Amino acid sequence: MAATLKEWKNESVTVITCDGRIIVGILAGHDQVQNLVLKDAEERVYSMEEAVELVPLGLYVIRGDNVALVGDSSSWENSLQAEPLPAVFQHVI
Amino acid sequence: MIFYSFFKTLVGKEVAVELKNDVVFTGTLHSVDQYLNVKLLNVKVVNPDKFPQLCSLKNCFVRGSVVRYIQIPTEHVDTELLQDAARKENAAKK
Repeated sequence: MAATLKEWKNESVTVITCDGRIIVGILAGHDQVQNLVLKDAEERVYSMEEAVELVPLGLYVIRGDNVALVGDSSSWENSLQAEPLPAVFQHVI
Repeated sequence: MIFYSFFKTLVGKEVAVELKNDVVFTGTLHSVDQYLNVKLLNVKVVNPDKFPQLCSLKNCFVRGSVVRYIQIPTEHVDTELLQDAARKENAAKK
């Protein structure tokens, strides 16, 4: 069975990018290399000092190279304080 | 192709996927593709204290390029079959 993003078309998804950002939006479109089009996207910025900061982004295109994970979007706790996610570590020669 | 075929035999089993950003998920392997992109169902974060932001995730698609490890329970791996397949693939390549 091929792994595709089809089932999340027009659903609210959570995207984790390679630089450690968490972006939530409605998956308007995608292709085989995980280039994504998100509608009504917003970034959730976590920090230890404050509550979650929501940055509205609107219509967003994310290039597939930068996508680490795409998941469903369930209940979000806006009072959570956490360290930001680490970036995907790639060796730099 | 050999690892794609190998992971296809593990669909439905519980695996742990460690990503290059150090996050580890356990979940049921739903599907895999030729790039070793993995779709997991009913995921749980192994370190919820380190990554509490991700604990509400249920099903997710992980891009193959960000996977560091996929941990599989030993009882689901037929090492002899794997070795045979590897040998065949090497013979075919030559």
